[in-house]
This record gives sequence, C-alpha cells and structure tokens, in this order.
Amino acid sequence: MENLINIFVKSIFIDNMVFAYFLGMCSYLAVSKTVKTSVGLGLAVIFVLGFTVPLNYLIENFILKEGAMRWLGEDFADVDLSFLRFIFFIAVIASMVQLVEMIVEKFSPSLYSSLGIFLPLIAVNCAILGGSLFMAEREYANIAEATVFGLGSGVGWFLAIVGIAAIREKIKYSNVPEPLKGLGITFIITGLMGLAFMGFMGINL
Amino acid sequence: MFSRKNLKLLTDPINKNNPITIQVLGICSALAVTVKLKPAFVMALSVVFVMAMSNVIISLLRKTIPNRIRIIVQLVVIAALVIIVDEILKAYVFDISKQLTVFVGLIITNCIIMGRLEAFALANKPWPSLLDGIGNAAGYGAILIIVAFFRELFGSGTIWNVQVIPDSFYELGYVNNGMFILPPMALIVVGVIIWVQRAKNPELQEEN
Repeated sequence: MENLINIFVKSIFIDNMVFAYFLGMCSYLAVSKTVKTSVGLGLAVIFVLGFTVPLNYLIENFILKEGAMRWLGEDFADVDLSFLRFIFFIAVIASMVQLVEMIVEKFSPSLYSSLGIFLPLIAVNCAILGGSLFMAEREYANIAEATVFGLGSGVGWFLAIVGIAAIREKIKYSNVPEPLKGLGITFIITGLMGLAFMGFMGINL
Repeated sequence: MFSRKNLKLLTDPINKNNPITIQVLGICSALAVTVKLKPAFVMALSVVFVMAMSNVIISLLRKTIPNRIRIIVQLVVIAALVIIVDEILKAYVFDISKQLTVFVGLIITNCIIMGRLEAFALANKPWPSLLDGIGNAAGYGAILIIVAFFRELFGSGTIWNVQVIPDSFYELGYVNNGMFILPPMALIVVGVIIWVQRAKNPELQEEN
C-alpha cells in the first residue's frame, strides 16, 4: 500500500509528464488557452492513461516480453517479441481512444461536443504512449502498480495544463514584449513552473 | 526537379515556417534529448529518416487509403519505420540508444510527422512530399541542435564531448551552470529562440 502511494506521488510531482519529460507538449500548448477546455482535456487524458497503461502492462507481460508466452506451453518459452512493442502499444491506444470517444458521445453529448476535436488528438498525445513505454522500461512488479502509475501520470498532466491555462488567461492583461507574446512566453513560463516542480525532488513517503 | 517551388518546400520550414517555433508541432518527443549534442544529432537524423520515408510511402498510397481509417494506416507506417530505426540504433550505437530510452519510440507520436502526412503527403506527389518531409525534419533538427549546443556548452563546458572551456577558466573560479542540465532549461532556451526569431521577423508575431 505504502509503495502504491509512493508511486502515485512520484508520478504526479517528481516524474511529471510535462515538466520532467516534455510529453504531451503539443496539446498542452495548443489547448491551454482557457481553463474550461483544458480541464476537459486533462480529465480525458487521466481516463485514457488509467486504462491503457494496465492494458499494455498485460500485453507486455503475457505476450511481448522474453519468455512471456510460457503460459502457452514450453515451446513458446524463449519467444521474444519485444521489438513489436511500439506497434502493439499504439494499436491498443488508438482503439481505446476510439472506444472512449464512442462512450462519451453516447452518454454525455455535451462533453463530447466541447471535447470534440481533442479526443481523437489524444491518440497521438505523446503522454499516453510515453506512459506505456515508461511502464515497460521501469518494469513495475504488478498490475496495481502499473495502474497507479498511469493514473498518477494523468493527474500530473492535468495539474500542469490547468495551471498553465490559468496563467495564460491572466497574462493576456500584462505587458509582454511583442516578439515574446503567445508561444514564447508560454515556453518560458512552463520552464519556470518546471523549476518550481523540481523542488519536489527527493520526496519519499 | 529542383524548381523554385520545390526548393521552397525544402527551405521554408527551416526558418519562416519552422515546425517547432511557428507550427508548434513535435515539441513532445525531443527536448529531453538535448542535454548533449550527440544524442540530439542522432535524434534529428532518425526523425529525418522516418519523416522522409513516411511522407513518400503515404504519398504513394494516397489514392488507395480509405479516408475513414487513414489515421491507423499512418500510425502503422510510422511505427514500422520507427521500429527499423530503433533496431539500427541498438545494433550500431548502443550507448546512445540507451540514452535516448523511450524517446525513439515516441517519434511515432511526434506531431510533426502526423501533421505533415495529413497536411501534405495525402494531397501531393511523392517527390514534393519527400522534399517537404526532409525540410520539416531539418527545421526540427536545427532547433534540437541549437538547444543542445547551448545546453552542452553552458551545462557541461563541452561540445560533442570535447572540452572547450579551458582548465585555466576553472582555476579562476568558473563553474558550469548546473541549471542547463535540468529539463526546464530546455523550454526556456526554446522560448529565447522564439523571441530572437520573432524579433527578426515581425510578421510572425502573435496578437496576444
């Protein structure tokens, strides 16, 4: 249990997807103009990460890893399919996103119309594929750890995009140098936020 | 073959229509590899390869791909190319491949590649697509290399792993700026690059 909380906190604050690894920056910069849409997109990312990371964990450990196919019989014991990782992961993610899109469209048309174009974009959000690849890289011990890592990364991304959206809403009223307006200042603020987040380094519960 | 129009496809993305600083695509997968010049260079080369090849392949297939499933088709083409790059890097430059970790795989979701496939390769012939791919990947690589140059110079005092700041400086009390090694500094360096570029080209400035 303690271990799970530790992974959760670590994936939110220390290994933050945006500030430590620059993942999901495209939608982070494109969608962060207002707080409302960024909350919607952030929630969708938490949701998709929470599903795809454990799903890919199962695929990694029962199909792709060296020796993972042992459950099919001794003949398969030394099959190593890990080079197929990218294609498997991206297929799972693309189909999950399609599924989420259909569910949201069916049960919450208002959320669907406000998220509309961003939902399919999640399929190519690097934070999602990054979550699965980091999961494979760090070799979590069981599926609970992988799920908690996925959710934590999603929450970290959510915090980052809502934070920058709030700052951008306010910065409209300040006197930013002409060439720095828009994209430039957003990059620099993100850098400063990242420096602040580095203060969490070394936290261990 | 190299008419003015085609040449423009190649050179425009390097400055006036740069994928990172103007189109805001493909920031995701790459900034984390800019601590040192060498991995940044390898990353840039990999992106050039994947981008040029996928643009050509999609452009050749553009009349046969059904519109509804085009995203999946594009992802499969890109993923296959990235697997090739990953295997080659593991075989020939294993230590750099270790440093790049998951970021080679993340070329798949690099928005520049998807973006150019959607915006250009689906509607153009293979030869212009190839040029467009190389141009955009080069524009992207140029930013990577500039960022990596400054981060390595100030952060580690080296360029391409060769020490450039003389020992006498260190004896006088010069200290490497450790902040440049930290990830947030990459964002700030890119912000400054955008600042310089837009100050020189006022037509690129945004309203707010």
